[in-house]
Formats: sequence, structure tokens, C-alpha cells
Amino acid sequence: MKSAVIVFPGLNRDRDMIAALTKVSGTTPAIVWHQDTELPQVDLIVIPGGFSYGDYLRCGAIAARSPIMDRLRERAEQGVKVLGVCNGFQILLEAGLLPGALMRNQSLKFVCREVKLEVCNADTAFTRGYSQGQIIRCPVAHHDGNYFADSETLERMEGDGLIAFRYAQGTNPNGSLNNIAGILNARKNVLGLMPHPENLIEAAHGGDDGRALFSGLLGQAA
Amino acid sequence: MTYQNDIEITPKLVADHGLKPDEFDKIVALIGRQPTYTELGIFSAMWNEHCSYKSSKKWLKTLPTTGPRVIQGPGENAGVVDIGDGQAIVFKMESHNHPSFIEPYQGAATGMGGILRDVFTMGARPVAAMNALRFGAPDHDKTRHLVSGVVAGVGGYANAFGVPTVGGEVEFDERYNGNILVNAFAAGLADTDKIFYSKAEGVGLPVVYLGAKTGRDGVGGATMASAEFGDDIEEKRPTVQVGDPFTEKRLLEACLELMATGAVIAIQDMGAAGLTCSAVEMGAKGDLGIELDLDKVPVRETEMTPYEMMLSESQERMLMVLHPEKEAEARAVFEKWELDFATVGYTTDDLRFRVKWRGEEVANLPIKELGDEAPEYDRPWTPSVPAPALAEGDVPQMDVADALLKLMGSHQIASRRWVYEQYDTYIQGNSMQRPGGDAGVIRVEGHPTKGLAFTSDVNPRYCEADPYEGGKQAVAEAWRNLTATGAEPLAATDNLNFGNPERPEIMSQLVHAIKGIGEACRALDFPIVSGNVSLYNETNGRGILPTPTIGAVGLLPDWTKMAQIGFAAGDQAILLVGAPPRRGTHLGQSIYLRDLFGRRDGSAPPVDLAHERRTGDFVRKLINEGTATAVHDLSDGGLAVCLAEMAIASGIGARIVDLNEQDPVLQDFGEDQGRYVVTINLDPQGDDILNLWNEAESLGIFAPWIGTTGGSDLVLGAARPLAVSALKAAHENWFAQYMEGAAA
Repeated sequence: MKSAVIVFPGLNRDRDMIAALTKVSGTTPAIVWHQDTELPQVDLIVIPGGFSYGDYLRCGAIAARSPIMDRLRERAEQGVKVLGVCNGFQILLEAGLLPGALMRNQSLKFVCREVKLEVCNADTAFTRGYSQGQIIRCPVAHHDGNYFADSETLERMEGDGLIAFRYAQGTNPNGSLNNIAGILNARKNVLGLMPHPENLIEAAHGGDDGRALFSGLLGQAA
Repeated sequence: MTYQNDIEITPKLVADHGLKPDEFDKIVALIGRQPTYTELGIFSAMWNEHCSYKSSKKWLKTLPTTGPRVIQGPGENAGVVDIGDGQAIVFKMESHNHPSFIEPYQGAATGMGGILRDVFTMGARPVAAMNALRFGAPDHDKTRHLVSGVVAGVGGYANAFGVPTVGGEVEFDERYNGNILVNAFAAGLADTDKIFYSKAEGVGLPVVYLGAKTGRDGVGGATMASAEFGDDIEEKRPTVQVGDPFTEKRLLEACLELMATGAVIAIQDMGAAGLTCSAVEMGAKGDLGIELDLDKVPVRETEMTPYEMMLSESQERMLMVLHPEKEAEARAVFEKWELDFATVGYTTDDLRFRVKWRGEEVANLPIKELGDEAPEYDRPWTPSVPAPALAEGDVPQMDVADALLKLMGSHQIASRRWVYEQYDTYIQGNSMQRPGGDAGVIRVEGHPTKGLAFTSDVNPRYCEADPYEGGKQAVAEAWRNLTATGAEPLAATDNLNFGNPERPEIMSQLVHAIKGIGEACRALDFPIVSGNVSLYNETNGRGILPTPTIGAVGLLPDWTKMAQIGFAAGDQAILLVGAPPRRGTHLGQSIYLRDLFGRRDGSAPPVDLAHERRTGDFVRKLINEGTATAVHDLSDGGLAVCLAEMAIASGIGARIVDLNEQDPVLQDFGEDQGRYVVTINLDPQGDDILNLWNEAESLGIFAPWIGTTGGSDLVLGAARPLAVSALKAAHENWFAQYMEGAAA
């Protein structure tokens, strides 16, 4: 399976994401600079975390309006899988590829710690490496991860199995509604999540709970 | 706009520039005329304490700065140390104390930005950061505001830049009420054959300005940082710079890309004293003159005067000397990253520093003398008068369990989780020990087993009681913390924070601390490769505690063997390696005395450097051969606090057997130096442990068995058992509750 990583200025977990994709699949992803006009033919497109354009405006708002995002939207409509992590999730929301919004953490502070996640829908391309209801460890590191959507949208998402990950065991770090940590679009080919599975994939990370997301996606054994 | 460059230089104007009358006379003698207004600004920027080290230079020269692994010692943007396999670690620590007190968020943020820039200016990608923070008393009315602003500022910059914060220190003491300390450390990795320096080479080559535009922020910042604070502090806010980590991140990527093209001859970041200091340094080091045309400098405000441009401390700017044939290629890199790129001058062969503005020459000064002829003082200092030892038998009593529980939930010992959870500690995917242990550890990306350990240490209480022993202790403790992970200590950086050096008793602290640091560095083969001096840390005439912070780096050959502080399992033997015959004896200057009895008396614990070294080498051997299962060095709060931290980190308790005929308070809370708690998975009755003891004895190290891990309580001899969960609750809760407004 081929993948690509889109890099906007100010992103800073691009190297972490590239390392994870490379280590799990054995193939280095294509790197797409935000000013590039075309996306390569790949099966998975990833927007990693960081602070695109410094997050000086609303998080992800400027990156979401880059021309490359129109290409991304076309691919998503064609069914190509799209993963946005942290700032990548914020960009996908701002671009309208996922519903809802991410507000400032309830604590009003940046939060970096390990949390527990529940896999709420294991029947997707992103989560098939996990079992339904599995509890995994995962680090978070963000200032604006407090997920919000109106009650109608939320109800529809819950009913359609579009909540991929929830903070579990009282570890919600940001006050997000329904403990939401990661969501899917209706077609389930776009996933956005705040936690960083790319930082928990090998022994040196002190665990590999994040690895199954990539191995499931990339068609490798977990 | 009219700009009056030839105004009369009055004694008041000279004084406002932080220059003494005799310093001004020296300037006039040097250039043979009255300086222009711009020139006066340039001299004040180059000759202030912050940039010239005029009070400390004589003493800094006595520090050991070389060693088989040292590629670059002090004098460049950062120190460079060989870590094998063609790689080097590039690191430095620097203070941003004065700005952080005036404007905590931006002061701390730009402190972080400055130290990161020092590291990547040398061609290294930053891989780890730390910060040593010292605030006033918890109950002082400014402390919460400063803690919250500084922590948010450090995080705001480092997190967005994308460097993991792997360690640091946070302390409170009323002596920092009016003058907090913010010491930022950064380390980066580079290839040993691709290190970049500030020395310009070649005449007629373009001097290129890169990065962010120049504004009026920070004009005169270095001069401000070289003065004491008075009641007019709020008026100094405009001298604080504003940070932009987004630009810094782009500057990092652009600089590393540019360096890879081979275009860079010399590079210097614009830190303190901005364009002035960077241009003079590049020229003076290369025995070249520099001519600048200020009309080419990218500015973000209109009508900036040459004086303002030369003294602006706007952040995220670099100056480079480039190979002219690569200029177009270099420009393309910076355009890709949407950063300014402007050729603002040329190198010359006449050793003059010329500044032009609107066709007029506003400064023309001898470039070597600007740096080299800066005043250097041998300031008078009084003899050291170490605080006397406690009287024999002066051991104030308290129930050991009560005392420990209270200390675990006190401002000195309580967990710093509230602080470090605001820092990104995972980014880059290499963090192996995050804050909370003895040292932060990262793996060296791309190498199968190599790791690097980082620590920052000083005990200002000890330094106040005895600057010489305190200086030794700061180095020894850093060395010890690296050792406790299994790392081989490589080298250190010093950030010397003191009061007004014009007072002989303060100068005495500085002199004796440096002597102690030098002594320890020599004994431990632990050279100082970079550093920073911050003086005039006083408000209304009262100095801070002498605080020579030591940042240090160690190398782990194999991170799979790394030791951590948490007990590994129950039923393991606990040894106190490096113990004196009676386990613990020294209560002077201890946290037990200060925080439970309000006493700041007694002598600082002495450091026996020969003993330190052999004990550390032995502990490292136990770790590397796999005998040690958990290791923690003893520091504030002695054995009891050390054991409690090991229990909290693992959730496993321990039962300690008291030594008969020694006061439990001394055993449990004494702060004797050079000691480690080491757990081992050996039968306490078996031959293996006998062999270990025989070896220790032959090395002159006492490593008594003191107890066993296990259970859910920590039991210190005859004291009431304490549930590990209760210790943990006390330890975890203090900081967050304090910041939410609970009484300190």
C-alpha cells in the first residue's frame, strides 16, 4: 500500500509520522509540500500534527484553505483513505471533510500525557488491527482537542458508528463531548483523531499500541 | 525623517546606556573622537555585562573546557561534543531571567527560541530541551502569575517548534521574589563534519540577513539585562522581545536545507544585541571588516532609525556569510519557506565595522576592539565564609512518617507534573525517559542502541551556605543524575546566575562557585563546553541565592540497559551505594530543616570528588552489566524522599531496616552526598551479593543492604507504615492545588 504525507509550514510531527509509516510498511511515504499542485496516486494520504501557520488563526484554518486541500477533497470523494492526526484532524475539520469543531481544552492549557482510548468501531480500514471495545494506550499533546458538534450531528455520528476512538477510563484530557478522541466521515474513509498513535509503535516508545492502526491500514501483520 | 546622529553625548546619556564614565573614556581613547549616537548604542550593546562577560571572564577562563570528545568549547553559539559514529551533540544553556520577570510568557518563550537558535545555528537539529525555573516563595503574590506565564511561554514555544522537553527543574524560594530565574537548555544532533561556525572567511563576500523582519522590540534588551531592577520595572516592558515559534520552525528547516547546499561560510544568530553583535562577531573572529547597508535590512516598521535597527532584538533572525555563486540557490530555499532573504553588506579587509544608512555613514568603528577591547574587570571579592556546621546533637525531632508525608506534599519535593504536562515530551518519537526521573533520555534516531541523557542541577541553598562546595555539588549532582540512568557523563554547560558583581560579597560567591565547578569538572573529567553568565539578579539591592545551574549530557551505549527510578519488582534487595558508615549524617542546609522547621542553618554537605567518581563508576557498571534493577540518586530530602519517589514511580512499597544507634532523622533525611539507592535482583544471602560487596569494598565503596522492596507500604524502620498511594496523592496533588489557589 502506498501512502503520502502532506506537509504544511509549521507542522512538526511530520517526521514522526513518516517514521511510523516507514517502519510499519517498510516503504517511505511520498512527501507532498503544500505548494505542490498534484497528489501522487496513493491509497492513504496523511496530514500529520503540529502548528500549521503557527495556529495563529483558528487551528488548521489557514492550511485548510490551501489549494492542495481541493486535491485532497477530490481523492477523499474517490474513496482514498485520509488520516489526520492532531493538527491534521483540525485541518480536516476546517476543510469540511469531517463534521464538528475542536475547541480549546477545558483546562485552557496545553496537555501532554498518556491516555487510554477505547476502539469504538473496529470495522473500518483504520481500526481493523484492533478488536471492538479494545482499550489501548496512546499519548496526546495538544492545546485544542475539545471536540464539539451539535446534538443532531452527534446523535447521527453515534448511530452510524462514526466514533472511532473515545477517551476511556476517565482519561479525557480536554473535555471533549462524549469523550470523543477520533471520528470518521460517513463513508468511513476519512479519520481524524487528536492522540498520537505514531508516537507509540515500538519498544523504544515503551509500547506499540499505536502500531495496529498503521499495520491495519497498510495491510501488514500487526 | 531627520535622524540626529551627531547629538551631544552627555554623561547622562552615557549612564543611560549602562556605561561607566571610565568605560566611556576608554571608548573615546579607542576611536580618537566622540562616538556618534549610533556608535554609542553599538558600544553599549557590545560592552554590557551580558555580551562582554566583563566581570566573569577572568574566572571563566579557569574552567576546564577541553577533553578527548570536545569538538568545540565555549566561544561559539554552543558547545560541540563527539558521541561517536560521526555524530556530535551540540548544546548550551542560557538565561532569560530579566525579561521573564517583566513579561513571563514572552520572556520565557523567547528564551527558549534563543537557545534553540544557538543550537541550529551550528548545523544541529534540536532533539531535546530542558528548563531550570526558579520562582519566589509560593505565597508571594506574584508567584502564581509568573509560574503560569513562564510555563505556558516555554511550552508555547518549544511545543510549536517541535522539540521534546525532557527534563528541568522548578524551585521556589523567597530569595527569587523579585527576580525569577528562567534558564533554558537545548541540545541538537549534527554530523561532526557538518558543524557550522561564526567565523567569516574571505573578503568581499555577501553578508546575508535571513529570517524575520526587524522591528522595535527588544531595543536595548541586553543592556536592560545587565542592570538591577528597581521599582520602575514595569516601564521596562518594551525591552522584552516577542517570540514567533512558527517563524523559528521555518528558519530551522530553511537553515538546515541551506547548509546542505554548501552555501554557508559562516553563520551567527541574532540574539542579544541583534545585528550589532552578530555582525561584529562574524567579522572579528575572521579578522575581517564588515560593511552594512541598513537600507537593505527588512523592517516591519516604518521610520526605524539606525540606532534602533542596530540594537533591535527582534527574534528569529540570522546573519550569514555566503559563497556568492550560491546566492541564488540560497535565496530559493528561503523563498520556499517564505522568509526574508536580503544581502545587507559585505566583508572587507580593513577591520572596520561600517554602518551606512540613507547614503550616510552612521558608524565607523574598529571591529576587533569592539569585541576584544571590552573592559575586563578583576572585581574585588571577599573571602568565603562558609556557614558553620550544626552543633553536635542538633537534630530537631519529628515523627519520621509525618515528616516524610509532609515533605512529599511540599513545594520543594512535590511532583512537577502540572508543569511538564504542558510541555510536549513525546514529539520526535525518541523520548525514553520523560520528566520525573533522574535524567531525561532520548534515543539517537537511526542508531540501534545509542541514547543520550540530559539533566539540569544546582542546589542554591548549598551555594548560599558555601559557594565553593555548592559549585562542586552542582556539577557532582548533574554527573550523578546522568550516571543513575547508566549514561557515561560527557560534558556540561553552566548558567551562572548571581547578583550584582560590583558588591564584593556577591563577587565572592561567583568566584568561589566557579572554583568549585572547575574543581569538580576536573575531578570528574566533565568539561564545560558552553555557558552563560547572568549577573545583576537583584531587586532593590537584594540578591538572589547564588545559582550556578549546570546542564549536562551523557551517552548511553545501549538504551535497553537504561536504569529508571521505579522499583522493578517486589522482593528485591535494596542497597545504599556510596553510604557513609552511618548511612546518613548531614542535616545542615537540608530540606528537612528548611521546610519542616524553618531553619536555613548549618554547613552545606561536602562533596568528596574521588569518592563521587568511584561510586558513580561502580553504579554505572552495575547498571550496564544488568545487576541493578532500579537506581535513584539521593538529593533533597535524603534517603526517605528517594525511596518514596522510587515507590511512587512503581506503585511498589519497601521495608527498610534502621541502623541501630543512629538517629532515624539523620538516616532518613540527611543530605550526605554521593549516594544512590540501587535495587538488585540477587539473593541477599547468596554468593553473588558477596562478590558485589567484595568488589565494592576493594574500591573503597560502602554499599550496605538496607531493606527489601515489596508490598503496598513504605516502611522506614520503626516508623509508621505509609501507604504508597498516600505518598503518591501528597506528591501529585500539591502543584495543581497550589496553582488553583490553595494555600501554599
